[in-house]
Amino acid sequence: MKVFLLYPDRDFDPSQPLPPQAADLTQDLGLDVLFSAMSKGDAFLLDVSRRVLFLGSDQPQVILYRQEILKDCLAHPEVVQSLYNIPIEFLERKRKEWLWISPRHAGPGSILSGAQHMLEVSLELLRKLRKLADEHAATFASPGFRRFFSMIQQELDDAYLDTVEKHVQALRFPKGVLLRARLGRGNEGTGYMLCKPNEPEGWIKRLLSERSPVYTFSLHPRDDHGARVLEELRNRGLARVANAAAQAAAHIESFFHVLRWELSFYLGCLNLYEQLTRLGESLTFPQIAPPGEPRFSSTGLYDPSLALTMKRKVVENDLAADGKTLIVITGPNQGGKTTFLRSVGLAQLMMQAGMFVPATSFSASLAAGVFTHFAREEDKKLESGKFEEELKRMSLLIDHLKPGSLLLLNESFSSTNEREGSEIAREVVSALLEAGVKIFYVTHLYEFAHQLWQQQAQNVLFLRAERMPDRRRTFKIREGVPLETSYGADVYARVFKLN
Amino acid sequence: MTFVEAFLSKGVTKSKMQNTFQHILPFPEDVSQPASQPPAFFADLNLDQLIEAITASRQEYNLKPFFWTPLRDAELVRYRQEVMQDLEHEATMRCIKVFAERMSTVRRYLGLIEKLDFDDHKKGWYLEAALVYGEAVTTLARDLAQLPLASRGLLAFRAWVQEYAASQAFQAFFAEAQQVKRALSELEYCVIIEIGKFRVKRYEGETDYSIEIEKTFERFQQGDVDSYLVKFPESSGMSHIEAQILQAVAQLYPEPFQALAQFCTRYPSFLDATLLAFDREIQFYLAYLDFIAPFRQEGLPFCYPQVSTVEKTEWVRDGFDLVLAHRVQAPRRVVLNDFSLQPGERILVVTGPNQGGKTTFARMFAQLHYLASLGCPIPGREAHLFLPDQIFTHFQRVETVRSLRSKLEDDLVRIHEMLAQATPNSLFVLNEIFFSTTLQDALFLSKEIMRRLLDLDVIGVWVTFLDELASLGEKTVSMVAMVDPHDPAIRTFQIVRKAADGLAYARSLAYKHRLTYAQIRERIHA
Repeated sequence: MKVFLLYPDRDFDPSQPLPPQAADLTQDLGLDVLFSAMSKGDAFLLDVSRRVLFLGSDQPQVILYRQEILKDCLAHPEVVQSLYNIPIEFLERKRKEWLWISPRHAGPGSILSGAQHMLEVSLELLRKLRKLADEHAATFASPGFRRFFSMIQQELDDAYLDTVEKHVQALRFPKGVLLRARLGRGNEGTGYMLCKPNEPEGWIKRLLSERSPVYTFSLHPRDDHGARVLEELRNRGLARVANAAAQAAAHIESFFHVLRWELSFYLGCLNLYEQLTRLGESLTFPQIAPPGEPRFSSTGLYDPSLALTMKRKVVENDLAADGKTLIVITGPNQGGKTTFLRSVGLAQLMMQAGMFVPATSFSASLAAGVFTHFAREEDKKLESGKFEEELKRMSLLIDHLKPGSLLLLNESFSSTNEREGSEIAREVVSALLEAGVKIFYVTHLYEFAHQLWQQQAQNVLFLRAERMPDRRRTFKIREGVPLETSYGADVYARVFKLN
Repeated sequence: MTFVEAFLSKGVTKSKMQNTFQHILPFPEDVSQPASQPPAFFADLNLDQLIEAITASRQEYNLKPFFWTPLRDAELVRYRQEVMQDLEHEATMRCIKVFAERMSTVRRYLGLIEKLDFDDHKKGWYLEAALVYGEAVTTLARDLAQLPLASRGLLAFRAWVQEYAASQAFQAFFAEAQQVKRALSELEYCVIIEIGKFRVKRYEGETDYSIEIEKTFERFQQGDVDSYLVKFPESSGMSHIEAQILQAVAQLYPEPFQALAQFCTRYPSFLDATLLAFDREIQFYLAYLDFIAPFRQEGLPFCYPQVSTVEKTEWVRDGFDLVLAHRVQAPRRVVLNDFSLQPGERILVVTGPNQGGKTTFARMFAQLHYLASLGCPIPGREAHLFLPDQIFTHFQRVETVRSLRSKLEDDLVRIHEMLAQATPNSLFVLNEIFFSTTLQDALFLSKEIMRRLLDLDVIGVWVTFLDELASLGEKTVSMVAMVDPHDPAIRTFQIVRKAADGLAYARSLAYKHRLTYAQIRERIHA
């Protein structure tokens, strides 16, 4: 029994490590806001949402598979909730009824009785799951859910569940444990094997056949040693059935765990969807561009974390960057550049996790990992060695970048003077582009940006944060050549209440 | 008397055989049995450590007495060397080891019987011991036939064991043991365990329930969960419960148990005395070869020395101290040294810096002679050695309060005793004696002792700080521990035949400590 709701052919491995850039991504893209909207305070949902988002896929078929399932979830939220309640009920009963499988050193007898109890409870819940499948399977359209429901219906048919239940009862051995054995070295018993007692014979046959002798021994009530020996013999015989029962119980338990885990992601998506649509924001399922040419086009792209924080609809941007591998964003301070960069990163991450994205339309090629290199607030306090710290961080990133990675640079190399910063930026950026990394670069390095613009390369797109002639910012990002000023004076003037 | 008691009192039998083979590890006629104490010089030469290491994993054979008993018989040494050489064939070594392992099992099983409580249990293990013994003998006789043996010892033993294995008595014994075992191992029975009681009955075709359960739960076992299969080791021993079960089985199936009882009565003992002796003695060879195998693998040379009880001219090429090599971690850097006594030469006089390998060299000298006299391959590339009748060693000892004599007097008393016991065929190792007196006295005493040694015509090695001793005459050979010519603080541990030249060494040390003429001029000037 396999859940397979996140991949068509496997379970999600929750133990795999998060990518090394996870902490930076969280901080730079404001992911905590997104996660908390998805989890609504549930720590388990939070953990699952984080993992699935950070460990997104670069396989179009996986992403489409999840998109289809998510569409089913959006159409039948109450059924998904009922499914989710089954593993939750298992966990509750496990806790209340002390269900657990003893470790191996406890011995087969103990393992077997723990497994029996757990199987009894599990079978009850599996019957419930079957019932849900029987009732709702037909209304689900995604291949993922269709496979899941039909697997439940096939593997958990009534006849099978009855047989299993019968065996779980029989394993209590009301008539004693029958072991077959041989004499080994030194006439010591060996090869103990659990056997099923022969069916009682009819009375005629019994009369006719010669009765073979049976020797019966009773233990003295105070013979503790004898009782232990007998217990060990019994355990020898039970080892294999205990293993089979315990593995079955453990398998079902792990099935419930995986079911809960994978459904949690979709529940998180439902939570996020509900909150954003309530703010009037739109969400759309992204088009995955075929691999090869770099694509990134969107209309109505916004930063969902900002929307959730502001609790209102926020500025949207349109972007047509198909064929571009370097997008340079310049423009006035406080013009919405960072927010724009975040919306790009979030949309890319959400797409690759199989989610909807914060836009009215969205199409992009898949990236081999999303990375950020943002100038940090705390960096700015560390006057000495700041530039070195920045370089060190970049160097760490380069350990992990691959062809096809998406790198978001936010004022990188600005902690030194413009000439040095530009020089390094040029070297780093051109090397990364040649290595096949796609870059969005928010920068004030005019010399760098201007030189690039002069080259008129086909693969570079220049964007600029809009500033109205009256110094007002619209927070809109539009195509535009780099300017020598970032209008810091505007901000200065505002802050010092000049004018 | 039960059969077990009978076995324990008699123990072994002596088969009536045509073949008169007796020992694979022979001793001279005059040695009635191997020494029960190590020789006096053992600790001085670190041979105690060596023998301890060689025999460590073979305690059950009590091999030390063999290693404590040197031979002064060139013919017997060669006889042993041949056996050693045969055992260097991997297949031969393996064949003997398989036999030894089985014999060890036989002894373990027989020893086990003493600790058992239940008759059918004892008989069961007696049968197992008999089966392993039968297997050991049969396999040994068969395998030896295939091997390219050349030694007198192993050829004679092979003939003996083949006759023994083919003998009517042995054949009948082994066949009966196998037959009894077969009947017992075919029995099948059932134990039904309930709370506080159990039943025993014949097995009547009951079907395997584990398989049925495993099949049922297969759908829930898709390889992604841990195993809960408890593994029960095959334990030996029998509780009273198992004894009751066995008793019931014996009642359910009486015939095979009667056959077992008959077997035990018919063969109250089955171990052959000659074979038992072989099993122990051959371990002398295996122990030594196993011990030197890792050194050989690292490329250290070993050789079978030419030995003589007459000729005192001798030489060794690339010899080394086996104890020292054993102590350092692999990969070893072991210094190889040569020495020789040309016609007329008797005493090697070794001088040179402290920590230069002089003492090690002296030990090696005696060690090589001793190992050669055991019939073992010795650490060296090529060797021709004299077999001494006795070895005398004198090493610096820690002064004991108990001794009322002065250190000097003590030295003299001991040397006097040695000289009194020594013969012209003895070997001496003297290491830094007369340390506790003035240089003049030491020189005088040393010359006196040297004269006596030379008069007696013994061979030996003398480590000393007295250069003069190295050039006393034709019969002494001067050897010097070398230092690195570029840095005298680095010892090469090479001991070479060379006139003692304390001066060169002293000058280089002086240079190191900036005490040469030029250095002192310069320093004072500054």
